[in-house]
Amino acid sequence: MRIALFVTCLADALYPQVGRATVTLLERLGHEVVFPAAQTCCGQMHVNTGYQREALPLVRHHVEVFEPYDVIVAPSGSCVGSVRHQHAMVARGGGDGALAERAERVGARTYELSELLVDVLGVEDVGAYYPHRVTYHPTCHSLRMLRVGDKPLRLLRHVRGMTLLELPEAEQCCGFGGTFAIKNADTSTAMLADKMRNVLDTGAEVTTAGDASCLMHIGGGLSRLRSGTRTVHLAEILAGTEVGATTELASETLAPRQLDAPAEHTVGEQRVEFASESSTQRLREAQPTERSEGER
Amino acid sequence: MSTNLGMPAVAPPGVGHLRGTQSFPDAARGALADSQLRRNLGHATRVIRTKRASVVAELPDWEQLRLAGEALKTATMARLDEHLERLEREVTARGGVVHWARDANDANAIVTRLVQETGETEVVKVKSMATQEIGLNEALEAAGIAAHETDLAELIVQLGHDQPSHILVPAIHRNRAEIREIFLREMPGVDPALTSEPRRLAMAARAFLRERFLRAKVAISGANFGVADTGTLLVVESEGNGRMCLTLPETLITVMGIEKVVPTWQDLEVFLQLLPRSSTGERMNPYTSAWTGVTPGDGPQTFHLVLLDNGRTATLADEVGRAALHCIRCSACLNVCPVYERTGGHAYGSVYPGPIGAVLSPQLTGVEDNASLPYASSLCGACFDACPVRIDIPSLLVRLRAQHVDAQRARSVPSAEALSMAAASWLMSSPGRFAAAEKASRLGRLLGRSAGRISTLPPPLSAWTGSRDAPRPPAETFREWWARERGTS
Repeated sequence: MRIALFVTCLADALYPQVGRATVTLLERLGHEVVFPAAQTCCGQMHVNTGYQREALPLVRHHVEVFEPYDVIVAPSGSCVGSVRHQHAMVARGGGDGALAERAERVGARTYELSELLVDVLGVEDVGAYYPHRVTYHPTCHSLRMLRVGDKPLRLLRHVRGMTLLELPEAEQCCGFGGTFAIKNADTSTAMLADKMRNVLDTGAEVTTAGDASCLMHIGGGLSRLRSGTRTVHLAEILAGTEVGATTELASETLAPRQLDAPAEHTVGEQRVEFASESSTQRLREAQPTERSEGER
Repeated sequence: MSTNLGMPAVAPPGVGHLRGTQSFPDAARGALADSQLRRNLGHATRVIRTKRASVVAELPDWEQLRLAGEALKTATMARLDEHLERLEREVTARGGVVHWARDANDANAIVTRLVQETGETEVVKVKSMATQEIGLNEALEAAGIAAHETDLAELIVQLGHDQPSHILVPAIHRNRAEIREIFLREMPGVDPALTSEPRRLAMAARAFLRERFLRAKVAISGANFGVADTGTLLVVESEGNGRMCLTLPETLITVMGIEKVVPTWQDLEVFLQLLPRSSTGERMNPYTSAWTGVTPGDGPQTFHLVLLDNGRTATLADEVGRAALHCIRCSACLNVCPVYERTGGHAYGSVYPGPIGAVLSPQLTGVEDNASLPYASSLCGACFDACPVRIDIPSLLVRLRAQHVDAQRARSVPSAEALSMAAASWLMSSPGRFAAAEKASRLGRLLGRSAGRISTLPPPLSAWTGSRDAPRPPAETFREWWARERGTS
C-alpha cells in the first residue's frame, strides 16, 4: 500500500527518529512510504489556544498537501485528532464550507499509527524485537478523541523480548495539554508528578506512547529527576528488530538527550536496509511534483 | 436599564459568586501547595469516581440513556420559551405564584421581599446552586434575614465562613478532623466531647438542625427539575434535610434556573436514572421530593417559584455554546477531572468549578470576566466521557478560548502571545519558511551542549523548564534526513 507520512511538526523538528522509525516499520511490512515535503503543521496549537483565525491558513495548507493521497498516517494521536475533529470546524468558522468538506475527506483518510496497522493493514505482529521492560501510557487524544482502545497494546504484546508492565492510573492525563503546560505550569506539573510516580512504580526502564508531545512532557520530567528511565515512541519500539537493536539503544529515544548527528545517521542507514531497492525506487517516483511557494 | 437592544444580558458583576478575585493559575498555585487539600481531594474524588464507574457499568443501556438525555435537553432548549410559559401556567393553576428574574439582583430582591412579607427574620435552605450563584444568603443577611443552610456539607461551609468547593460535595476540601474543629468552634450547644467519628459528627449536626426545621416558617430551595406539563418541581437529595424544608414550613420559595425545565413527567424516567449514578454513584438517591403548587392541609400553603435568567438567555443565543445549559449539576466531570482533583473548586473562583464550571462561568458572565477559566484544562476529554448528557466540554472550552482571543483582537497593542501565534501561523503556512525556522531552531543545540539536555529557557518557556527538561534540537530534522536519504526534498 502507498502511504503518505504526515510526520507532524514536532517529530520533524525535534524527534526525527520517530518519523524514521515509522518509515522503517511500514517499509519492512512491505508498504511504500511517501513524504509530501510541503507539509508543515496541523495547527492544533493555534486552535487549542484560541487562535482559530491563524489556524485557517494552516488547515488550508494541510488539506492541499495531503488531498492527493488515499492513505495518510501520523505517529501522533493528537495531531490526527486535530485533523479529523478540528479542521472542518476551523474551516467552517472561517466561512469556507468547501474547504471544510475537503478537510473532512482528508480527515477520514488520516490514521494514527496503531489504527493504520491494526485496522487498515490488519497486522498486530509487526515482527519487532525490543528487549526491555516497558510501560505504556495511553495518551488522552488517542484514547478519548480517536478511541484507539487497546490497539497499541495489541501491537506491543507481540513484540519479542519485551516485558510489558501495566501502568497504574494509566488513563489519567500526564498534564501536557499543549500551551496548558505553560499557561498553567503549576497544575500541569502536579499532574506530571503523579504520572511520573506511577511510571516509576512499574519499574519500567522505558515509557512508551503514541504521541511525541506527551512523551516530551513525561520524559522531560523524568530527565529532570535523573530517574534513569526514558521515553520512547511506539513507532520506535515497533521498528526495532534484532539487527540494529543495540545501536538503537544509544540514540533512538525521546528523552531530552539527543546524540549528535553521526550516530543518528548510522541508525538511519541501517534502517534503510530494511526497505527493498524497488520500494525505494518507487518512493522516488511517487513523490508528487514539488509545490513551490510561488504557487500559493 | 440596558440600551443594548437585541443582545441578552450576562450576569451582572458585584453580586453573586461567578467571578473570582484571582486568575485561575494564580489561585491554583496556592491550592496546589496545600497538602491537606490535595490529600482530601485526591481521596474523595477517587472514592466517588470508583463508585460511579461501578454503578454505571451495571447498566447495559448506559450509552443509550446518555443519548436520550442529550436528545431531550437539545429538544427542550430549542423551545425553551414555550416550556417555561407552560410551566408558569401549570404552577399558577395549582396555587403557586411565578416570578421572573432577569438577573441575580432581580432574584435577590424578589426573594427578600417575599420573606419580608411573611414577617420572618430567618429561613431554612435546601442545598441549591442557583441561590449560591446569585449570592442570596448575603442579600438576605443585608436585609436582616438569617439564612440557615441545612445540607450537612453546606452547613459545614457556612459555619466555617467558607465557600463551597464542589457542586455536589461543597465541603469536599474538608476532612473529619477539620469538620470537628468547625463544629466545636461554631455550633452553639455542641457536646465539647465531640469526636471526629462520622456518626458523631452527623448526630451533632442533626440535633442542631432539627431545632431549626421545627422553628422555620419559611424555606428556600432550588430545583433539579421543573416539569412543564404538570407544574411539578423536584429536588433530588441524600440526607432528608430537603424533605424537612419542603414539607414543614408555611412558605416555600424556590429559585430555579430557566434551563432546569423538562417538558413532561415522563422525561424524568431518563434523568432520574442518569443523575444519581453520575453524581453520588448510587443507583437511586435516598430522597426525591416532588411538589405541585399547594395542597390544602399538606405542606407549605404558600409557594413561590422564581425563574432565574442571569446570563442563561445569552448562553442560549450561542447555538454551540448552549449545550452547556444541558448540565444537570451531577458533578461527574469534576470528579474525573485531573485539574479539579489537584486544585479543588476554590481556584475556579465561581460556584461552578471543574470542567463544566470552566465553561458555564465565562458563559454566564461573558468570557472576558472569566478569561482564564477556559484555559484551566488540558483538554484530556475525561469530562465528556463522564457527562450523563454528553456535553462536549473540551470543544466548548476551545470555542470559549477562541471567543476570548477574538475579543482581545480589539486591543490596540496585541499581546506577546498573539504576536507569536501570528508569526507561527505565517511560518507554518509555507514549507520554505517552516524549514528555515527549523534550521534556525538548531541554534538551540548550543544550549545544553554539555549535558545533552536543556534545563533553562527564557520566558515564557521558562514555565516549561521550571519542572521539565527540554529536548535539545537534533542535528538533522526529519525532512533533511528524508531529502538526504531519498533524494527528494
